[in-house]
Amino acid sequence: MPRPPFIAISLLSACVLVYEVLLTRLFSIVLWHHFAYMIISAAMLGYGASGTALTLLKEKIAPHFGAAYVLTAAALAFMMPAAFFLAQQAPFNPLELLWDKTQPAKLLTVYLLMMLPFFCGGLGIGLVFSHFGKQASRIYAFDILGAGAGSLGVIVALFIVPPSQVLTALTALALLAAAIAVVELKMQTKWLMEFLVVLAALVAVAMPAMRVHPSAYKDLSQALNIAGARVVEERSSPLGQITVVENTRVPLRDAPGMSLNATMEPPPQLGVFVDGNGPSALTRFDGNFVPLGYLDQLTSALPYHVLAAQDHAKPRVLVLGAGAGSDILQALYHGSANVDAVELDRNVTGLVRQRFRDYAGNLYARPDVHIYEAEARGFVNTSRERYDLIQVALLDSFGTASAGLYGLSENYLYTVEALQTYLSRLAPGGMLAVTRWLTLPPRDALKLFATAVTALERGGVENPGTRLAMIRGWKTVTLLVKNSDFTAPEIAAIKEFSRARSFDLAYYPEMRADEANRYNILSQPYFFEGAVALLSPQRQDFIGQYKFYIEPATDDRPHFFRFFKWNSAAELFALREQGGMPLLDWSYPLLVATLVQAFAASVLLILAPLALSRCRRTLPGAPVALYFLAIGFAFMFMEIAFIQKFVLFLSHPLYAVAVVLCAFLVFAAAGSWLADHWQGGRWQAANKVTLAVVAMGVLALLYLAIMPGLFQSLIHLPDAAKIIISVALIAPLAMCMGVPFPTAMTRLAGTSEQAIPWAWAINGFASVVGAVLATLLAIHLGFAVVILLAVLIYALACAALRGFA
Amino acid sequence: MKRHFALGAFLCFCFAFPSQGGEFDAARHKMVEEVSADTAATSSYSGSSALSPRVIAAMERVERHRFVPADLATVAYLNRPLPIGYGQTISQPFIVALMTNLMKVKAGDRVLEIGTGSGYQAAILAEIAGSVYSIEIIAPLGNEAGDRLSSLGYRNVQTRVGDGYYGWPEAAPFDAIIVTAATSHVPPPLLKQLKPGGRMVIPLGTQFMTQFLMLVEKKMDGSATTRQILPVRFVPLTGGH
Repeated sequence: MPRPPFIAISLLSACVLVYEVLLTRLFSIVLWHHFAYMIISAAMLGYGASGTALTLLKEKIAPHFGAAYVLTAAALAFMMPAAFFLAQQAPFNPLELLWDKTQPAKLLTVYLLMMLPFFCGGLGIGLVFSHFGKQASRIYAFDILGAGAGSLGVIVALFIVPPSQVLTALTALALLAAAIAVVELKMQTKWLMEFLVVLAALVAVAMPAMRVHPSAYKDLSQALNIAGARVVEERSSPLGQITVVENTRVPLRDAPGMSLNATMEPPPQLGVFVDGNGPSALTRFDGNFVPLGYLDQLTSALPYHVLAAQDHAKPRVLVLGAGAGSDILQALYHGSANVDAVELDRNVTGLVRQRFRDYAGNLYARPDVHIYEAEARGFVNTSRERYDLIQVALLDSFGTASAGLYGLSENYLYTVEALQTYLSRLAPGGMLAVTRWLTLPPRDALKLFATAVTALERGGVENPGTRLAMIRGWKTVTLLVKNSDFTAPEIAAIKEFSRARSFDLAYYPEMRADEANRYNILSQPYFFEGAVALLSPQRQDFIGQYKFYIEPATDDRPHFFRFFKWNSAAELFALREQGGMPLLDWSYPLLVATLVQAFAASVLLILAPLALSRCRRTLPGAPVALYFLAIGFAFMFMEIAFIQKFVLFLSHPLYAVAVVLCAFLVFAAAGSWLADHWQGGRWQAANKVTLAVVAMGVLALLYLAIMPGLFQSLIHLPDAAKIIISVALIAPLAMCMGVPFPTAMTRLAGTSEQAIPWAWAINGFASVVGAVLATLLAIHLGFAVVILLAVLIYALACAALRGFA
Repeated sequence: MKRHFALGAFLCFCFAFPSQGGEFDAARHKMVEEVSADTAATSSYSGSSALSPRVIAAMERVERHRFVPADLATVAYLNRPLPIGYGQTISQPFIVALMTNLMKVKAGDRVLEIGTGSGYQAAILAEIAGSVYSIEIIAPLGNEAGDRLSSLGYRNVQTRVGDGYYGWPEAAPFDAIIVTAATSHVPPPLLKQLKPGGRMVIPLGTQFMTQFLMLVEKKMDGSATTRQILPVRFVPLTGGH
C-alpha cells in the first residue's frame, strides 16, 4: 500500500487557506466591506458538507480512492477561479438588499458558490484521512503545515502580485497538487501526471488573470464612467488596491463641504481610490499657496484659526491618515512650522514620493513635512513629540459613510482609548480635530462627541464641556477637543470662522440655544441639543432614547459606524416608502441575512443528508450532540473574537485574519497531537478536556486583562515582531482548544463509533453558524464578552462530556 | 451614424412601450396617490407642505415605465429607486415629488438640472416649467435620455452631455436648479447662475439612498442660506420632542 500523499495534501491544504484569505481581499475590491465572516462561514460549510458527503459515499468511493483524490484536487483547481467568476456574475447589490426581494437569493447564490471550492478541498483532505486512518496524526501534521504556510504565504504573495494573479497561481498550485498525488499514490497513469503538470504550467503561464469587477456602485466605477477619465496608476498590496484616476476634461475638484460663500475652484487633482473607495485628492502643487485657498473654506480649517487666536502662528501638526496629502497641504497653507503625517500604506505615500512627485510639488520631501509609514495608534503611542494640533483626516468617502457601509467594520481611530492617546500627545493649549461627514439625523457627530466626553472624563477632566467645540457645514462636521479650557479669544475665533463661511455653531462652552441653527437650517437644532444632552447628567437616558446607537466606541467594541438599533429599524422599515429606508444601515441586516442562510444551508447540506440516510438510526444521545455543538460554537467564537481583537495590534483586518487563522490552526493541531499522545491511565477523556478548558479559561481571562496594555506598549514594533508576538499569545490558548475535539472523537471511537459522522456533522454545523453569530455578538456585546461566552460554552461541553465519557 | 441609429433603435426597444401605456395608467395613478399621501404625512418634518397640484399632475402624466430599463418596467410604479445602468439610479418617486415641490417651479420658469440620468426628473420639470436645461456627465446615459425626451415630445427640454460644474451660462440665470450628480461641494458657478430669490435642491447620499435634501435659497442680496431636510417622518429621540 502506498504511503499517504503528504506533499499533495500539504499543497491542497495551503491552496484552501490561501483561497480563504484571498477571498476576503477580492470581496473588499468587488464590494465594500470585507466579508471575512461570511467567507469563514462558507469555508466551514464546505468542509462540513464534504464530511457528510464522505460519510454517505465512503463505501462507493473507497475502491477508487486514488482517482477520487486526484479528481477532488483537480476540481478544487477548477472551482477556485470558477466560483469567484460565477459569484461576480450574480448581480448581488448590497445597496438594494432592503429594496429588492430578489437580493437575499442572490446573496445565497454567492454564499453557496463560495462554499464549493471548500467542499472540494474538504473532500480531498477527508478522503486521505479516511483511507489512511492509521496514519491520521502524520497526515494531520502535513495538512496543518500546509494550511499554516498558506495563510502566511498569501500575505507575501499579495505584496508581490495583485489578487487576481494570486488566484491564477493558486489554480496552478492545485493542479500541481493533483499531479504530485499521482506520483505519491504510485498510480499507473503516468500520462495523467504529465497532463496535470502541463496544464498547471499552461495555467501559470498562459491563463489570463481574472478580471475583478468592482460593483458599478463603487466610487471608482462611477468615476470611470465619466468622459475623459483614465487610470494612470495601479498598485496592489495586502492593504489595498490603489487606483489613480486622471480626468482633464472633467476635473476631480475635491473640496468636501466647501463653504457656499467660497468662489474659488480647487486646482487640478488626481483621484486616489483604495479598493475602489474614495477618492482622496492628490492635488497639484507648485509651491504657490494661492490656489489652495479652498482648503481654508472647509470646516476642517477651524483648528488653525483657533490656534492663531492663541498666537500659535506656526503650529506643530500631526496628521493621522496622510493619504495623498490634502490635510498636509491644509496645514502648510495655514503656516504650520512642521507637519508630521502618518500613513499605513506605502503604496499611497509612494504615489506622492515617486510616481507623482513633480505633480505634488515634491510635497513629502519638504523639510517641514515628515511622513511616517506606520499604524496611526502605534505611532501616537510611541511618539515623544508634543503637537499643537492632531488632525484626524477624513479619508472615507461621503457615499460609503452615509450608506452605512462600514457598520460592521472595526475602526480603532475613533475609540475612547484612541482619543485618550491623542489627547496625551498634545502640547499645552493643543487640540485634537476630527472631521466627519454630516449625517441626518446626527449619528457620527454625536457618537464622536459622546466618545470625546468619555475620553475627557476618563482622563480626569471634571467638566468636559469646557474643552469641546463643534461646528457643522452643509456636509461636514468638525469637532475640537482641547487639552485645556477654551479661552474667550478662541471662542471668538470659532464664531468668526463659522460666521464668515456660513457654518453653524453646534457647540462651544456656554453657547446659547439661539446661536445654533442659523445658516444650514434643520427642523430642530439637533446637533446643539444632542451635544448639550451628552454633557448633562441625563446622558445615558439620552443615548438610550436616541434612535441610533451612539454609545461611545471602545477598543472592545470598535464598531464606530454601527448606528443600528432594532427598535428604530422596525420604524424605519415601515417608513421605507416615505424616505425611511436610507437611514437603515444595510450592513447589519446583511449580517442577519447571512446568519439565517448559514443556519439554513448547514442544516440542509450537513445535517439533513445524514438524517435522511441510514445514519438516522445512529442519532447520538443528547450529551454527545450538545458536546460537539458546544465545542463547535466555542471554537469559532474564540477564533473570530481574536481575529477582530488583533486587528488593532496587527494594523489591518487581512493581517489579523491570516496570522490568527494560521496560529489557531497550527497550535490547535499541536494540542490535538499532544492530547492523542497523552496516554496516562488516570487521565480519562473528561479529565483531559476539563484540564484543557480550565487552562483555556485562565489564559482567556489573563489575556482579557493584559492585552489592552500589552498592545498599547508593543504596537509600535515592526510587523514581523508583532506577528511573532501574536502567534506566541495565541499558541497556548489554541493548544488547549485543540484538545476537546479529538479527545472526544477517540472516546466515541471506543464506545459508539456509529455516532462519529453525527459528531462531525454537528460540529460542522456549529462552526458554520458560529462564525457569523460571533460577529453579531461582538457588535452587540464586545469582544471580551464573546471570549467569556466561549469559555462558558467550553465549560458546558465539559459537563456534557461527563454524560458520555 | 449607423451606430447611432442602431443605438437609438435599441433604446426604443428597451425603454419605450408605446402599446402598453394604458396598462400602466392605473399603477401610475396609485403611485401618485401614495406619494401624495406620504408627502402630506411627512410635511411637518420635511418642511414641504402637501404636493402642489401641478407636481401631482406632472407625476400623473409622466410615464415612469418609459424611463427605466425594459426588464424593470413592471416595477416602474413601485415607490422605490431603480437601477438604470452605469451605476446610476432613477430616484424614488417620493423623493422626486418632494424635490420638485421644494423647487417651487412656476409656469414659464427656467430650470437647470445637473445629472439627467434617464431623464425622468427632467420630464417632470418640463411638465411644470417653461424650459428645462439638463446636463449629464455620462455620455451614453445623456444621449439616451436626450433621445428619449425628444421622442416623447418634450420640446421645452434641452439636454447636453458634459461637465455640469459651470452650469449652462448661455441660458442663465435660472429660477431653480437641481443637482442630482454627486458633488463634493456646490459649484460656485451654479450658485452664480441662480436668480436672486431662486431655489437650488441637492439630494445628498448615494445611489439608492437619499439621506437628506439640501435646499439652497438665494436671497435678493445674493447671499445664500440652506435648509437641510430629512425626507421622512422620523424624530431621532424616542417619544419625540
